[in-house]
Amino acid sequence: MEHSVSVKDLSLNFGAVNVLQSMNLDIAPGEFLVLLGPSGCGKSTLLNCIAGLLDVSDGQIFISGKNVTWEEPKDRGIGMVFQSYALYPQMSVRKNLSFGLQVAGFKKEEIDKRIARASEMLQIEPLLDRKPANLSGGQRQRVAIGRALVRDVDVFLFDEPLSNLDAKLRSDLRVEIKRLHQRLKNTMIYVTHDQIEAMTLADRIAIMKSGVIQQLDAPNVIYNKPVNLFVAGFIGSPSMNFINGRFENGTVTLGGHNFDVSRYEFETGQGGTAQDVILGVRPEHVVIGPGVESQPCQFEAEIEIVEPMGAETVAWTKLAGETFTLRTNSETAPQTGQKIRIGFDPIRSSIFDAQSGTRI
Amino acid sequence: MARRRIKINPMALIGLTPMIATAVGVFVICIIYSIVLSFTNSRLLPNFEFIGFAQYERLWETPRWLISVRNIWLFGFFSIAFNMIFGYLLAVFMDQRIKQEDAFRTIFLYPFAMSLVVTGLVWQWIMDPNLGFQSAVRNMGFTDFRFSPLTNEATAIYGVIVAGIWNGVGVTMAILLAGLRGVDEEVWKAARVDGIPTWKTYLFITLPMMRGAFITAFVLQCVGVVRVYDLIIAMTQGGPGISTQMPAVFVIQHISGRSNVGLGMAAATMMLLPIIVLIAIQQYFAWRSRRRAAGIGAAVATLPQAQGVKAS
Amino acid sequence: MSGAAISTKPAAGAKVVVEPAGPKPRKLTITRIGVYAFLVISAIYFLLPLWVMLVTSFKTMPEIREGYLFNWPREFTFEPWIKAWATACTGRDCNGISPGFWNSVKITVPGVIVSITIAAINGYTLSYWKFRGSEIFFGILMFGAFVPYQVVIYPLIIFMREMGLFATLPGIIIVHTIFGMPILTLLFRNFFASLPEELFKAARIDGAGYWQIFFRIMLPMSVPIAIVAVILQVTGIWNDFLFGTVFAGRENMPMTVQLNNIVTTTTGTREYNVNMAATILAAAVPLAVYFISGKWFVRGIAAGAVKG
Repeated sequence: MEHSVSVKDLSLNFGAVNVLQSMNLDIAPGEFLVLLGPSGCGKSTLLNCIAGLLDVSDGQIFISGKNVTWEEPKDRGIGMVFQSYALYPQMSVRKNLSFGLQVAGFKKEEIDKRIARASEMLQIEPLLDRKPANLSGGQRQRVAIGRALVRDVDVFLFDEPLSNLDAKLRSDLRVEIKRLHQRLKNTMIYVTHDQIEAMTLADRIAIMKSGVIQQLDAPNVIYNKPVNLFVAGFIGSPSMNFINGRFENGTVTLGGHNFDVSRYEFETGQGGTAQDVILGVRPEHVVIGPGVESQPCQFEAEIEIVEPMGAETVAWTKLAGETFTLRTNSETAPQTGQKIRIGFDPIRSSIFDAQSGTRI
Repeated sequence: MARRRIKINPMALIGLTPMIATAVGVFVICIIYSIVLSFTNSRLLPNFEFIGFAQYERLWETPRWLISVRNIWLFGFFSIAFNMIFGYLLAVFMDQRIKQEDAFRTIFLYPFAMSLVVTGLVWQWIMDPNLGFQSAVRNMGFTDFRFSPLTNEATAIYGVIVAGIWNGVGVTMAILLAGLRGVDEEVWKAARVDGIPTWKTYLFITLPMMRGAFITAFVLQCVGVVRVYDLIIAMTQGGPGISTQMPAVFVIQHISGRSNVGLGMAAATMMLLPIIVLIAIQQYFAWRSRRRAAGIGAAVATLPQAQGVKAS
Repeated sequence: MSGAAISTKPAAGAKVVVEPAGPKPRKLTITRIGVYAFLVISAIYFLLPLWVMLVTSFKTMPEIREGYLFNWPREFTFEPWIKAWATACTGRDCNGISPGFWNSVKITVPGVIVSITIAAINGYTLSYWKFRGSEIFFGILMFGAFVPYQVVIYPLIIFMREMGLFATLPGIIIVHTIFGMPILTLLFRNFFASLPEELFKAARIDGAGYWQIFFRIMLPMSVPIAIVAVILQVTGIWNDFLFGTVFAGRENMPMTVQLNNIVTTTTGTREYNVNMAATILAAAVPLAVYFISGKWFVRGIAAGAVKG
């Protein structure tokens, strides 16, 4: 079987609550897959099922072509890294790395060799004889990754590994994980609620909601062509502007404005039918100032609030009675109360069916 | 603002008066008074004829006291050891997703709700040589069965130990179970992924993580052991002979019936010693963990608080 | 596709190989049986005395003399219960255990109220109105939680006698207040310390004083901890034996002391059924508190244990 990890019709219920609903997911060898979603969407649950820490209600799980649905976690060929690091507190770092191997009955030389390799890779050699309590959060998480590394497995599972770290460490370790993946070329499944982590690390992102995968695609596809309102709203910060309108004959009408969207690429490949729609425009795709005249869609509005954020500025205004934000370079930022011309290109926007919320 | 703290609110002082009176009056003055009396030859009523360490010399020549000391060590060692081991085993077994957990907990803990007098009387009845457990088993056909620890000077103290364990194990179990439940669930997951067998995880990973809960249970037991009085009175009255004498009983006997206050107070002062050692050890651990907490990444406090782990 | 996919090996005939799918089939393993066996045997050890107490108390003396400790009573009799309550003798008095019951009520009710009130004020003051020295007094009080009672009992007797409180109801209530204070104060102090300090600050800014903040804000909020304290104190005072013997005096002898007297100072034949009925009666109140309060009781133990 060519898939590294494969989930077939997986369901999980806690009593009457369906946490996962007949889920299918195939992950290629060496792929970095990120499970992304709000809390309670079932992403960690799915990871725990793959790890064998939760018993599934229905369906199957294959790892490296082997049906592991009933296997113990240790027999699945996985290593796992946890949010709270989950190091054994009274054991030294070296013992933390070696304990599982000793229990599995490995020879001392083999254990030493693996620890040497892992600690070199993660630069934790100076820490080997320390106790976890004497390590910083970042160091602890390196050790936790090392513990997964020494198991010498094909699949790594990460359960929100960076959530307990502060922002600076988080971005450092994020790069580190990416480097590790490039070097090891293992399959990695990574759960997070942080979209930056997802966008930067993933080969593919699976966006989940209520136990169902909404979209499974490369990060840029998810960003540029979200399949529905949920995905569109979840990815991107500040989030996408949504304005209710009506689509007819290549034009979206909203609140007295008529926007020509003939450049928009419909999913059907054709012009689309007349219907109520929601127009989605990302704040960073909005143009003001000199370039605005070249934009196919334009309108005039008053700036209500300006939020400077350093390199860029977010401005709040209204379009057709609904909040509309835009992101600009701080140098060219508008002033509060200023009336300016605002433009965008429909080819970079998204249009959703107002009823179903799916992209058209 | 800092200066306001130093200024004493008169109302606060009034509110705290009973506490200050108790702390100073009872736990300082009374203790000092007791220690002072131990150096006098007070009989029924206190007097202040100081006789140096004579009472202590006498004390350590009194068989009744020597037996008491031997008994408290025996009782302390066996009841605490059994209590901890049995308590931890019960906690571990209760942690195995037992469906009837609440029922079992109720059963293991109810003896603690009963007084030690009741405990002593019930076990005395069960250990009755003629009509108790022994005769019940003999009536089943095992005619040579012997179980009457309380009638024999050599075994009476073990009978008391059995009753004491019955009364107190549930508490240890409850504290240790709370400690077990306080262990980060992800540590358990990590151990499973590492393939560490359950019993090894309990022994090598969670047990050392529960030092706080163990110390709590241990200290609680120690205080109980030093204070043991009711159980002896109800179960054996110190007998047969003086074989189940305890320091606490010794002191009460000497300040009441035997009216030898000086000797009694010398014994009471001796009782204070182990507690002071214990407090010193506890203070040392507290100081050490404070120092550790001051280091990088303060370890999460592990004291079991049934109010639930507060997410910070 | 959902559910178990079953493939049959053609050659093996009846042998069916199940492709793993869905939940792992639960097997009743030996470990599992062992776990339950251990728990059940332990439960028997814990329940045995209660069983023995109950069956003995309903048996007649001739039946008890047959020596079948665990058997269900052949002839059910309530006689021992009536006797234990109303006519059993302690020395010369033959009023059963009932005077002890009422004495215990008279000691426990005010004892619980007074000790908890004082402890609540202590905890409140120690949390919000610290002054130089208050922590030292608290430290001494905590030391008192560990001190063997025998070290302070004699001076306390002298003091009580001087005050005319020895062997009186107020005397024994004061003693219970004193010895309950360390744990209860700790309980309330920890509770108030866990409340947001902003609450206190806001009340101060609103101009409330020491007692106003206590009665209007803190006391209504401390109901849960007060329940724990009540459970702790009711069982503690009711079950006390030592202070009852020493401080209560003949007139106010609590139930535990009277029970012990009934059982141990028998003249003539020992009436085990009456003894056991009296024992159950003496244990009834704390047991009822335990069974009614359930999880709160466990919480009280853990809260009391935190002092370690």
